[in-house]
Amino acid sequence: MRVRFVLGEVFTGIRRNLTMTVAVVITVAVSLALFGAGLMVRSQVDLMKDYWYDKVQVSIYLCGNTSEVLSCAQGPVTQAQREEIRADLDSLKPLVAEVYYESSAEAYQRFSEQFKGAPILSSITPEDLPESFRVKLSDPTKYDVVASAFIGRPGVDSVNDQRRVLDTLFAILNGFQTGALVIAALMLLATVLLVANTIRVAAFSRRRETGIMRLVGASNFYIQLPFLLEAALAATMGALVAIGLLVLLKAILVDGVLTPSFQFTSFVGWDVVAQVSAVVFVTGVALASVAALVTLRRYLRV
Amino acid sequence: MIRFTNVTKHYPTQMRPALDDVSLEILKGEFAFLVGASGSGKSTFLRLVLREDRPTKGSVHVAGKDLGRMPNWKVPHLRRQIGAVFQDFRLLPNKTVFENVAFALQVIGRPSSHIRTVVPEVIDLVGLAGKEHRFPDELSGGEQQRVAVARAFVNRPMILIADEPTGNLDPATSVGIMRLLDRINRTGTTVVMATHDAAVVDQMRKRVIELEHGHVVRDETRGVYGVAR
Repeated sequence: MRVRFVLGEVFTGIRRNLTMTVAVVITVAVSLALFGAGLMVRSQVDLMKDYWYDKVQVSIYLCGNTSEVLSCAQGPVTQAQREEIRADLDSLKPLVAEVYYESSAEAYQRFSEQFKGAPILSSITPEDLPESFRVKLSDPTKYDVVASAFIGRPGVDSVNDQRRVLDTLFAILNGFQTGALVIAALMLLATVLLVANTIRVAAFSRRRETGIMRLVGASNFYIQLPFLLEAALAATMGALVAIGLLVLLKAILVDGVLTPSFQFTSFVGWDVVAQVSAVVFVTGVALASVAALVTLRRYLRV
Repeated sequence: MIRFTNVTKHYPTQMRPALDDVSLEILKGEFAFLVGASGSGKSTFLRLVLREDRPTKGSVHVAGKDLGRMPNWKVPHLRRQIGAVFQDFRLLPNKTVFENVAFALQVIGRPSSHIRTVVPEVIDLVGLAGKEHRFPDELSGGEQQRVAVARAFVNRPMILIADEPTGNLDPATSVGIMRLLDRINRTGTTVVMATHDAAVVDQMRKRVIELEHGHVVRDETRGVYGVAR
């Protein structure tokens, strides 16, 4: 009886206030979808960092026939210089975790595998590719230590930190994430205000009922519950739409477009989507309910 | 049943208190009229009984409870013991007679089996048997007020408060409503009625409490509306 009565009140309320309820559903959906997308980008960045920071190296390119920098003025690197560089790298342990020497021939082999069938391959000979030391650091952020030790040194053409390239990518992704979260925060604020306003309008349009309820001694809980459920129901619908959007994002953009095009890295899996969905759902419903409660305290007093 | 002890009520926007040091007692089962000009304090008196407001000074006891010390969450239980009827009926236009009366029980969580037996009884009591499924706008003013009385009485309150219940009704219809209130009073319910309706007061010959500028200026056990002045 009570349950049926309260639910009846909820649906009457939603029907009377349909446009506002739809507005709440939409803003909740959009803001939560953005919020969720932001969270997903963050786990994507974390995932890529874990994956790539393990693999990035500092490359010390040695002077070859085609080198033009000042430190290569004496021609290609000599055997003595090469051994000296290796010894110095060894002395930098434990910062230098691994050192791996790549000769011109090996470089050419790797290059020709990477660019199999590409026209550029025919115009490149092994001599065009410099030999190098590939250095793996135990702490990838300490690149400067290595760079300052070897840049400009006779026999060294250039020192290249792959992390720099990745950092640019991560900066872009982080920027995207921050942007998404800022917009999401603004949207969530708008959602809270909209929920508050919707409740206020609903409370006003049902003031006759609530007035009588107060008069005949209905408890506050009983008077407020239909409004609270109304807000929670709208938020639930919005959150479900948002989760649907996140699933589409994963299925269409990530699995459909990104994964086939960028096979060198892995992308967020369904486990992340599930976690983010849970966070998004709880956030949405909790936010709407709190907004409703606060508004009800103001507009429906005993 | 209702006891006011040195009650003063000040509204912040007004210079003069709405009630000024009022002490009176209305006993269980009594029928009391509250008369006086507009602004004399009648509505404030009723609001204090319903604990829509708290007194600025003094204490209000209703049904043995000190309303000044009553926490907010207990107020609904107080109001379940007080029925209230108003000049403007306050019915829900989209609900039938039956639903309007049942609403008062639904919102305090009474089971539907209880509602199905009690509501027809009280509709019968107020003389609206056969009109359960009419909507308020299909009823005359007197009939609408009977619905309001039914709703106020359906939970068998100890006190019935009526704020100018005949204010919108013609004299003949008013007599009917007064008979109904009298019958409810005979069941042991204390009735307090604020009114401007001299004919009604003179005819009933019940207790009359007259307020003027927040003071009790007259309290007669078998009074009339106005003394010759």
